[in-house]
Amino acid sequence: MALPVERTVSASRRTRAEATTPHRVRSDVPFVVGLCILSSVYVLLIAAMLLADLSFTTPGNFLAALRSEEIRYAIRLSLISCSITALLSLWIAVPIGYLMSRYPFRGKAILDAMLDIPIVLPPLVIGLSLLILFRTPGGRLIERFIPVTYAVPGIILAQWMVACAFAVRTMRTTFDQISPRQEQVALTLGCSQSQAFWQIVLPQARRGVLAAGTLAWARALGEFGPILIFSGATRMRTEVMPTSVFLELSVGNIEAAVAVSLLMVMAAVVVLLLVRIFGQTEPLKANRI
Amino acid sequence: MIALENVTVRAGTFSLCGISLEIPKGQYGVLMGRTACGKTTILETLCGLKPARAGRILLDGRDATYLKAAERGIGYVPQDGALFSTMTVRRHLSFALEIRKASRELIEARVAELARLLGIEGILDRKPPGLSGGEQQRVALGRALSAQPKILCLDEPLGCLDEDTHHETCALLKRVCRDVAVTTLHVTHSMNEARKLADRIFRIDGGAVTLVSGFPNA
Repeated sequence: MALPVERTVSASRRTRAEATTPHRVRSDVPFVVGLCILSSVYVLLIAAMLLADLSFTTPGNFLAALRSEEIRYAIRLSLISCSITALLSLWIAVPIGYLMSRYPFRGKAILDAMLDIPIVLPPLVIGLSLLILFRTPGGRLIERFIPVTYAVPGIILAQWMVACAFAVRTMRTTFDQISPRQEQVALTLGCSQSQAFWQIVLPQARRGVLAAGTLAWARALGEFGPILIFSGATRMRTEVMPTSVFLELSVGNIEAAVAVSLLMVMAAVVVLLLVRIFGQTEPLKANRI
Repeated sequence: MIALENVTVRAGTFSLCGISLEIPKGQYGVLMGRTACGKTTILETLCGLKPARAGRILLDGRDATYLKAAERGIGYVPQDGALFSTMTVRRHLSFALEIRKASRELIEARVAELARLLGIEGILDRKPPGLSGGEQQRVALGRALSAQPKILCLDEPLGCLDEDTHHETCALLKRVCRDVAVTTLHVTHSMNEARKLADRIFRIDGGAVTLVSGFPNA
């Protein structure tokens, strides 16, 4: 029978022998291939959808849709309302995002959850809730001065209710990623909190602002449910591009519906490309220095 | 002069009570202690970035306990430098004076003076992402000194520098602080740094600050 000391010595020899044996690692190829296969499923589905849309329509259908007075109105209204919505969303999202990122206060968790409500609520419910809100005495009072329900301001409000929530989330994340240390230094250099915000934080948050604005614009462009309930689908009045798709589909004009859908896809792609190009300008400059 | 008199400070669940220390005018104080013992908390309280729950903070004989950070006249260099990533080095040196609405001539003269003092004339038009660790610390120091503060607070400013740069920056700190005659509180855990720079060495241990070495260079 081996003594405890002998056992310890032989175990230590074994460990040493194992340590000197070359350590072999399995190939990384299966892992990378797995990642590529899983990712490509989604990307291919997106590409297939777009290709199917393209194959369904012809340049003639596309031009015919563009010649339609109603569709041209819908495109114009969509572009204008989405741009206003994006600006309004930023106007609110920047201060809320900063407040939520920097200041601790009682009830912050509740406010945080409330800000997510428009993201998780079904879009139809948002439209219905807005409709009910503007049936209350407060809502009727506003309507006396500005017609909102079944009018263009209602479209912007419905788009803004959803788009702003996404912009807020983006701005909150942006400010969370900027270290408060720089603001603290700015305070010791003689800045007020407002000066530190405008001169130190906001310039650094520029890309986040751009991302939030783009996201809000794109969300607003695709918004349909709340607009249908709150603003209706009246041609040449409250018709935005998703409404056009719905109206053309409902009368069986699938070619026109697909043409408008492709226009929306193109608008979204152009905005995304612009943002990518604009967003990359700064780091390239910084690297050159 | 920097004086903390029985200061109590809290940061989340961490708190320090009855902290006292004094650094006479124009002297270099080093506060030492282990990691997470509250050195940075004391420095931030002195700078006005954290409120003192009790006690008094005196800066050059003036009670600054309830003054805003912007009104304390302290130059602050945090551990990571915390340079403004969208600004050039030149703008870093002029920023505090622009906030004070100083004239363009004064700003230009001060930027040139600081650049010469810190040896950063060649990088004035560069932005922080392209700077080395030593250059970043020089810029952070220049920015802290730009408004000619009477007091300078340094939070482990040499912590992430290689040996040669550490040695150079240490010598630079000593020369600059003597030339501009600021009262300095430097936080570190390096005894080597403390020996090279300090007129007074304080140690924080178990929540109490004690003077371990006074006037060795005086």
